[in-house]
Amino acid sequence: MTIKLFTLLLQAAISTLGISLISIAIGFVIAIILSAATLSHKSIYVVPARLFISFFRGVPLLVQLLLIYTLLPVIGINVPSIVAAIVGMSLCTAAYQAENLRGGFESVPRGLIEAAEVTGLSPRQTFFRIRVPIALRLTFPALINEAIMILKSSSLVSVVGIIEITKMAQDLASSTYLPIPIFASAALIYLVINSIVALIGRFAERSLGGAST
Amino acid sequence: MSLPAIAITKLVKRFGDSTVLQDIDLEIPEGKVSCLIGPSGSGKSTLLRCLAFLEEPTSGMITINGEALGFFEAPNGKRERLPPAQIRAVRAKTGMVFQQFNLWPHMTALGNVSEALKTVHKLPKGEAEARALAQLRKVGLENRANHYPSQLSGGQQQRVAIARALALEPKIMLFDEPTSALDPELTGEVLNVMRDLAAEGMTMVVVTHEIGFAATVAHQISFLDHGRLLFSGPPSEIFAKPRHPRLDQFLDTYLDRGASMLA
Ligand SMILES: Nc1ncnc2c1ncn2[C@@H]1O[C@H](COP(=O)(O)OP(=O)(O)OP(=O)(O)O)[C@@H](O)[C@H]1O
Ligand SMILES: [Mg+2]
Repeated sequence: MTIKLFTLLLQAAISTLGISLISIAIGFVIAIILSAATLSHKSIYVVPARLFISFFRGVPLLVQLLLIYTLLPVIGINVPSIVAAIVGMSLCTAAYQAENLRGGFESVPRGLIEAAEVTGLSPRQTFFRIRVPIALRLTFPALINEAIMILKSSSLVSVVGIIEITKMAQDLASSTYLPIPIFASAALIYLVINSIVALIGRFAERSLGGAST
Repeated sequence: MSLPAIAITKLVKRFGDSTVLQDIDLEIPEGKVSCLIGPSGSGKSTLLRCLAFLEEPTSGMITINGEALGFFEAPNGKRERLPPAQIRAVRAKTGMVFQQFNLWPHMTALGNVSEALKTVHKLPKGEAEARALAQLRKVGLENRANHYPSQLSGGQQQRVAIARALALEPKIMLFDEPTSALDPELTGEVLNVMRDLAAEGMTMVVVTHEIGFAATVAHQISFLDHGRLLFSGPPSEIFAKPRHPRLDQFLDTYLDRGASMLA
């Protein structure tokens, strides 16, 4: 196991990190829309959002990625594999994050919203000043969990031809015949990344203050 | 005779099939303290929530300082909803304090009290916070301004909640069992703030099980039972014997430190 091999793994880690973080961010934006739709009580919004969420939570990410990768060219959209990977991961994490957010919005105590109402806040002000910040605090730990899940699941994007940590490790292992140090290094890199994410989460949670009422 | 602060006429509130308030008629004079008492489930909170327009009456009328709250009777006798701006203006005359305090956990005491001054009344941050701080001083919590609700005791949280309502300069304060969620040793500090407020001449409607507070501070006590206002009058009249059997029964069940003196 040389410095050179480890550097190659670290370079692949950039793909893992990049794809994961971009997907989590895009997924978060979609999740806000989805959760708003599921909470709207209007079936034209609720039904599509629920179908979307059920599909992306019910089908394995691997199958989703293969579907997107093979389906898009058939309907005439030729995308680089990196885009297919980000689309697949974003949609999948959006479904999970939407469920978290919905739970968060639903657990904002009604009394806090009534307090906003009696002090004259408009529904819009109540949403942005009271509901969103409290729901985000309530869902923050779940969001960090989801980020870690996505970082680990990102190994699946190798099926659409992306070289990330796991794929790089496999390639290096078969060309160098040093599988154990290489896979151990890959494991170590995942562990370090996810520990940092967890630490950031813990720190942010503390500085956001308790959401308990 | 000046206009009553609140006039309730023929108020009915139903939730689905169940009638929670039945033909309530009540006038609350300006500058007085009016206590609502009654057994659990008798409709006290619902009545108070109707006054804050957190519940919409099924029928009947509520006026605040002579202005209709939420609905008005059109000349043809139909009840119609007032435009939102007008509803907001009438609601702004009342401030509400909840049993569970309902402070926003992500804001400090100062943030809670200044929030509506900033977002609703569009005061500059500095001015809003100066006014909020003055209110916190009034409830004795100036030195807790930068604490989050989770860092405050229940009694302190409730005093912040009172300051939050007072900051908006309401004409009438509504309290729904403001001390019921507190440990007994913390009720005093909240009741004292309320006594001071009463002494300043604030019109107050207080749902309470603190019969002692009601007997000593209230000008008017109303007894609700199964959604009906059984009677209403000054404490001397309400507690005079012979009492209505339902009230006697109620006082037996809720006999607390203060009620013992009426026994
Ligand atoms: N949103 C609602 N939907 C249906 N029923 C309700 C609702 N709110 C209150 N009720 C019912 O109305 C009745 C009166 O409730 P309310 O909370 O006004 O009583 P209360 O006198 O304040 O009682 P407590 O002393 O326990 O606070 C109860 O039977 C309650 O179950
Ligand atoms: Mg109640």
